[in-house]
Amino acid sequence: METTVATTASQGDVWGGGNQPLRASYGKMMMWFFIVSDALTFSGFLAAYGFSRFKFVDAWPIADEVFTHFPFLHGVPAPMFYVAFMTFILIFSSVTMVLAVDAGHKMKQSKVAMYMFLTIIGGAVFVGSQAWEWATQFLDTEGNRVAIGSFAESMHSEATEHEPSNGIWFMSGNDQTSYNFEEVKAGFLANDNLLIRTQYLDENGHPTVLSREASIAKIKKDGKLVVEGANLKRNEYGHPLFADFFFFITGFHGFHVFSGVLINIIIFFNVVIGTYERRKSYEMVEKVGLYWHFVDLVWVFVFTFFYLV
Amino acid sequence: MGHHEHSLAIFRGRLKFKSIEQKIWGVFIFLSIITIVEVIFGIIKPQSLMVPFMSSFEGGFMATMANIFLSPFIFMKPLNLIFIVLTIVKAYYITWDFMHMRDETKALRRMVVWTAIFLICYLILILLVEGDYIFEVYKNNYVKFDF
Repeated sequence: METTVATTASQGDVWGGGNQPLRASYGKMMMWFFIVSDALTFSGFLAAYGFSRFKFVDAWPIADEVFTHFPFLHGVPAPMFYVAFMTFILIFSSVTMVLAVDAGHKMKQSKVAMYMFLTIIGGAVFVGSQAWEWATQFLDTEGNRVAIGSFAESMHSEATEHEPSNGIWFMSGNDQTSYNFEEVKAGFLANDNLLIRTQYLDENGHPTVLSREASIAKIKKDGKLVVEGANLKRNEYGHPLFADFFFFITGFHGFHVFSGVLINIIIFFNVVIGTYERRKSYEMVEKVGLYWHFVDLVWVFVFTFFYLV
Repeated sequence: MGHHEHSLAIFRGRLKFKSIEQKIWGVFIFLSIITIVEVIFGIIKPQSLMVPFMSSFEGGFMATMANIFLSPFIFMKPLNLIFIVLTIVKAYYITWDFMHMRDETKALRRMVVWTAIFLICYLILILLVEGDYIFEVYKNNYVKFDF
């Protein structure tokens, strides 16, 4: 008899409403579900990157040759250092965010505001670093390779970059490289000690270097144009899909960081004017914190699959 | 909503902190150490870790099954395997301690984590197998169609 009573009582509890089996508010739970779906979006992109990489595994660029720059270290190849710096910025802004959430639990308004402010600064520094990276990393590599400026023969050339001032709208010319292909070819044929290194990797994972004869045959037969750096169509370092995925995925992630900074700014002002103090709950800080940590989480994977593996 | 209790221990209770702030800094130090290790490995790239641990099995159904189950050790450079494991460790601590997944109910935790893990593993498996297949087609067969 007693058990029956107990069952009825607990049933009334369960179906009567007002209880939270997950012990999370609606907003927080929806933020978690959004994060799951966004995680699937990112993993879709990263898995597509993996697919293309496996498809062209013998011509995939080597990250250490691409990301070699560090501010104020001109000509010194420093792979990994810059992206390590960016990673630390993002992890650190995650720490200030979680400290803000914790201060919110303790209802300390000024502390929440301070930590939110630091988080915003961290996010802004990260986005700025990424802008520098996009503009710099794919250009001018050093090492055993030869800069084309050092051997290309200067020839008089009529080609100039097509600029909007002397043309029609919505039409852009090809970017002019510092030397055109004919100049590079002439310079290459004149210098006996130059060899061609192809994008195809040998058994040891190093790009194949052709003999002088094969190099001459290659530049005469297959040479088409000069590429400096990488864009969405061509890539100096290997298969162009690498640059496509790199710019797309880091761009999508950077956009997430950018929106995170905007949301953080809104929440920061709400903290400062005391909205959550009046509401007696800093749960909004917690929700935006979840989003911010998720952005950090995605970066951890981007870091691994673009720069390390 | 009153906030529920935070658990203050990491590493399965082996490392306990006195306050939530201390735990946050502790996790930060741990994540930093992992990142530094990754960066050092990424710069040095030790030659001994560039060759897979095992070679693939030949012949028969069981050999194929063994190749599938042991694929991380047969087809992957140990260095890359280390990177991926360290990444997952980092992801775990970001989710569990920074996003407070450790303090959520088991149901919420499984709803979020198991769903994502299952779908992501499935997607990766399918796309990587397909990518490798196309690579083999390019390499070994005459292909006229560029897809």
